[in-house]
Amino acid sequence: MIELDGVSRTFTVRHRERGRLRRRAQVVEAVRDLSFRVEAGEFVGYLGPNGAGKSTTIKMLIGILTPTAGRIRVAGLDPSRRRTALARRIGVVFGQRTTLWWDLPLKDSFELSRLLYKVDREQYRRRLDELSERLDLGGLLSTPVRQLSLGQRMRGDIAAALLHDPDVLVLDEPTIGLDVVSKAAVRAFLRGLNAERGTTVLLTTHDLGDIERLCRRVMLIDHGRLGFDGTVDELRATVPGEASIEDVVARIYLGSAPAPSLEPPNYPQ
Amino acid sequence: MLTDLRTWLLLVRAWLRAAAQYPASFALLMTGSFLVSGLDVAAILVIFSHVRELGGFTLPEVMFVYGTAGVSFALANLFAGNADNLGAYIRSGDFDVMLIRPVSAFVQLGADRFSPQKVGRLAQAAVVLAIALPQLGIPWSRAWMIPLMILCGFVIFTAIWAITGALQFLLVDAPEVSAAFTFGGGQLTQYPLSVYGADLVRGVTFIVPLAFVSWQPALYVLGREDPLGLPYALRFAAPAAALILSLLAALAWRAGLRRYRSTGS
Ligand SMILES: Nc1ncnc2c1ncn2[C@@H]1O[C@H](COP(=O)(O)OP(=O)(O)OP(=O)(O)O)[C@@H](O)[C@H]1O
Ligand SMILES: [Mg+2]
Repeated sequence: MIELDGVSRTFTVRHRERGRLRRRAQVVEAVRDLSFRVEAGEFVGYLGPNGAGKSTTIKMLIGILTPTAGRIRVAGLDPSRRRTALARRIGVVFGQRTTLWWDLPLKDSFELSRLLYKVDREQYRRRLDELSERLDLGGLLSTPVRQLSLGQRMRGDIAAALLHDPDVLVLDEPTIGLDVVSKAAVRAFLRGLNAERGTTVLLTTHDLGDIERLCRRVMLIDHGRLGFDGTVDELRATVPGEASIEDVVARIYLGSAPAPSLEPPNYPQ
Repeated sequence: MLTDLRTWLLLVRAWLRAAAQYPASFALLMTGSFLVSGLDVAAILVIFSHVRELGGFTLPEVMFVYGTAGVSFALANLFAGNADNLGAYIRSGDFDVMLIRPVSAFVQLGADRFSPQKVGRLAQAAVVLAIALPQLGIPWSRAWMIPLMILCGFVIFTAIWAITGALQFLLVDAPEVSAAFTFGGGQLTQYPLSVYGADLVRGVTFIVPLAFVSWQPALYVLGREDPLGLPYALRFAAPAAALILSLLAALAWRAGLRRYRSTGS
């Protein structure tokens, strides 16, 4: 369902140095020579410290960013060349950003999505009923998106990403900022989606609870390279005797991090 | 093309609906915009009424050139004018969201934050054209060119918006540069080009085919000699110019998208 073959992505950033007119170019290698496959029906967690290249990978998978090297296939399509065709077959959720229309009531946003994705009306009605029941959106449908709380908005975003019944669902930090109850609701929903409909799910997260409770497979990347690929138990077993998965992951992150003075970590915003 | 138009209409309808949720401010905005356009039309008429002639052209002829270019420009502004703000969409990350939908990102950008005020601009140019037409008594044998030249002008302006938009993929902080091109072009074509110097007109004819927007086809419609003596065939070149420019625009936009870097978060 998802195939990456030697994929790299670099960014050239220009710094203005003091006392110099010309700006110095520096190349950031966000993703380096990454290869993996995800089969249909898998539930994969994509893990890595801040700035590891997770969002960059996701953006290449959905065709927003063109890789600087390598080959990507999602649902058999090259994402950057067939972006709009691919959009009908995948669902995308950005935890940090809504794909809904800020000023429209939730149900108008959904209706607009239906028209843009050309989903058949009858099919859409059934799908919306099912999603709004499972994600408990019933009471929110006539609320403008800007008035929704983060957790409510996230459920709305997940529903919007699934209205066209995609084969693959890609989520970038879907549980960020959610309370325990909302997190549990989102997790239960995603697990059900994967188990019952067989939708392939790939999610990034910093919440190891997501990984433990949801993902049969974990991929860990750091500095743009794949550092681990296996089951949660295998991940735990990489560090003998450690109790919690937090400790294991922290060890891996720390072990692979270069000295902070050489390359300061990149935090968003 | 038709899908793009459908997408645009769907999005604009949604924006209008969202705006209509605040009926008072919507009504105020509309009234205000029509008042301003009305004043604009009045101002233009006052200016024109003091002119018997401009660059060798009579008042109704000048209004014809102004009106056709204005309608083309206003239509393109309605459809794609928001492309000037692409840089801001890129920086805020909102452009990413447009790229995950199965419809053209350019069209989504054009329709986003649609404001009814843009309709006022269109009405203004249309009024000037409507006043000029009956006074000119253009025969049907030449009038067929009018809708065609408006359409070609619309395509040319939209293409320029796409090209300047594409430049913003490279220069994320350059909205002013882009507005200078698009709005500058809009201003330039609204007067008979013979008021400008000959070199400028040659440059405009061959470098940026803005002259096709209204000047060359208008010479045909009005049955006038070209004061600069450029070949007669140029009067029919608008569709070719529109086609070539829109191909260039499509290439530039795609090249820009491939260079798109999104944001770091
Ligand atoms: N548009 C961009 N321009 C320049 N550098 C970028 C851009 N996008 C990402 N980067 C750089 O690429 C690297 C990977 O960023 P990415 O956003 O993929 O990390 P991430 O794993 O999603 O991190 P986080 O957990 O903080 O979200 C970082 O060093 C970042 O600074
Ligand atoms: Mg990220």
